[in-house]
Amino acid sequence: MQAFIVKRLLLAIPTLLAVMTIVFFSMHLAPGDPVDQMIPPDMEGSAREDMVERIRAQYGLDKPLHLQFLSYISRIARLDFGNSLRTRRAIAPDLRRRIPNTLQLGAMATLIAVCLGVTFGIISAVRRDTLLDNATMVGALFGVSMPSFFFGYMMMLIFGLYLRWLPPSGFEGHIFQWAGFRYAIMPALTLGTASTAVLARFTRSSMLDVISQDYIRTARSKGLGERIVILRHALRNALIPVITLLGIQFGAMLSGSVITETVFSWPGVGRFLIQGITTRDFPVVQGTTLIIALGFVIANFLTDLAYGFIDPRIRYD
Amino acid sequence: MEQSGDFQMQDGAAGLDTSGPTFGERFLRRLRKNRLAGIASVFVFLVAIMAIVAPFITPYSPTDQNLLRRLEPPSDEHWLGTDQLGRDILTRIAYGARVSLMIGLLGATGGMLCGVTLGTLSGFFGGTFDHLVMRVIDVMMSFPGILLAILIVSVLGPGTSNLIVALTIWFIPTFARISRGNVLSLKEMDFVESARSLGASNSRIMVQHVLLNIMSPIIVYMTLSVATSILTAAGMGFLGLGVQPPTAEWGIMISQGRQYLRDAPHLIMMPGAAIFITVLSINVVGDALRDVLDPKLKT
Repeated sequence: MQAFIVKRLLLAIPTLLAVMTIVFFSMHLAPGDPVDQMIPPDMEGSAREDMVERIRAQYGLDKPLHLQFLSYISRIARLDFGNSLRTRRAIAPDLRRRIPNTLQLGAMATLIAVCLGVTFGIISAVRRDTLLDNATMVGALFGVSMPSFFFGYMMMLIFGLYLRWLPPSGFEGHIFQWAGFRYAIMPALTLGTASTAVLARFTRSSMLDVISQDYIRTARSKGLGERIVILRHALRNALIPVITLLGIQFGAMLSGSVITETVFSWPGVGRFLIQGITTRDFPVVQGTTLIIALGFVIANFLTDLAYGFIDPRIRYD
Repeated sequence: MEQSGDFQMQDGAAGLDTSGPTFGERFLRRLRKNRLAGIASVFVFLVAIMAIVAPFITPYSPTDQNLLRRLEPPSDEHWLGTDQLGRDILTRIAYGARVSLMIGLLGATGGMLCGVTLGTLSGFFGGTFDHLVMRVIDVMMSFPGILLAILIVSVLGPGTSNLIVALTIWFIPTFARISRGNVLSLKEMDFVESARSLGASNSRIMVQHVLLNIMSPIIVYMTLSVATSILTAAGMGFLGLGVQPPTAEWGIMISQGRQYLRDAPHLIMMPGAAIFITVLSINVVGDALRDVLDPKLKT
């Protein structure tokens, strides 16, 4: 297992480097000079040129691109994401404050997706071609087709504004306390809907594949109860591909948080990214994109590990 | 994703009984059996017609404001009501269908053309080129979901054409992987070998024998990509990174209507329902197509 972990870790490093390279160079390809944003528009002539040069030197923008890239990598390794062009403050503390908020939302949405998606997927497969199966699959189709922001606003309208069961939007501390949890329910449901639908469809198809295998027929012919056949023999095998999908879905949720956090004014990384884009604050865009992509790489790495843990065959490949 | 049993023999197929139902017949039969898919196909067709004849649907312009008639609920005059600037919502939805369908089709088509070309060449020739393409695609896939589109638009700037470019780049990896995987299993098949031994050139084998036989999964994924594109375009419009106002676009309509959620929820409900039903219909059609073309992919 140790060799497997090291191998997977080594495989993740080039991906991380590639992600950093893309994020760095994409910001340098962007039209317009970010330095222009930091200079008062009424400043002209040599005073302006002096200031441009000073800012370039201050941010290291006067150095050749490859040196800028190396210094960028070394800064990221020290978790220094630079300063915001708008507020001039360091980005790292902002990110540190926002990452747990996004992770809490992502974790809660994942929990919803796993509990509902996997359960409905199993029921649907076991009760194939019944009304319940059809209803679940239609529901799943609705889930993948629903724009998350529309679903979010509809929940906000019904449960937040009309029924007043939940606060319509905002943030009230972490989700481990009731006050904070209430604020997270609707955003987490919004974020988790599409993944719930995808997981339900995928679990169903994976279960159907497994149920038709010979060893399930053997288990049944041994006289085992249906519950044991489904839960112990079928489900454990059916869940292996589902876990792979879970990693991808968690990554999709991290990027989906951009929309959900905007809808519910949730102070997470996604909303920070949109604020960065609308104010053309490149260091913020760079930092937040990198954090979300890193989250995706880490989620995939953990999925790989879980996959190797559950299915020993993977480790010996 | 093995395709055996459903391959189309191009050369040397003469003499075989080819009188079975064609794809069109099988699809129509499926539509008759699956009523939901039939309704969805009709709806997609209607949305397309609405997009084409948008100027003739209502007497209003999608951008002309009438501040005396702001936030009106649905009425005889304005079937879906008016927005915060007094614009007719039905008109804006009809014009929005143009934008959404155009972005959906162009984004998915661009991704399909580039991805299938790369994937087919990569799988067919293998070697260093294959390695290089696959590594680039691995890196592209390390950006989750909408993030790659957001990054591209934040670099190129918001706007319709940049959004189409972003969607194209986003879809390339999946199309490339699907086509490469299929090409790899196909190029070992006997009919490709026999075509080669008869002296067929690489390009002839690729186009006539390989490309035609990988079209089933490509068409299925293409349909689903159109739905994803429409959903993403609306999401980007909502975030202010897609099509720019005052153009009528479904995502922008929701974004602009959110301030009036309590007093005039129809500002969000109408365009939201338009996106939802359109995407749902395309997904249902995509599922039906998959059942006809590629039953092994059925989930």
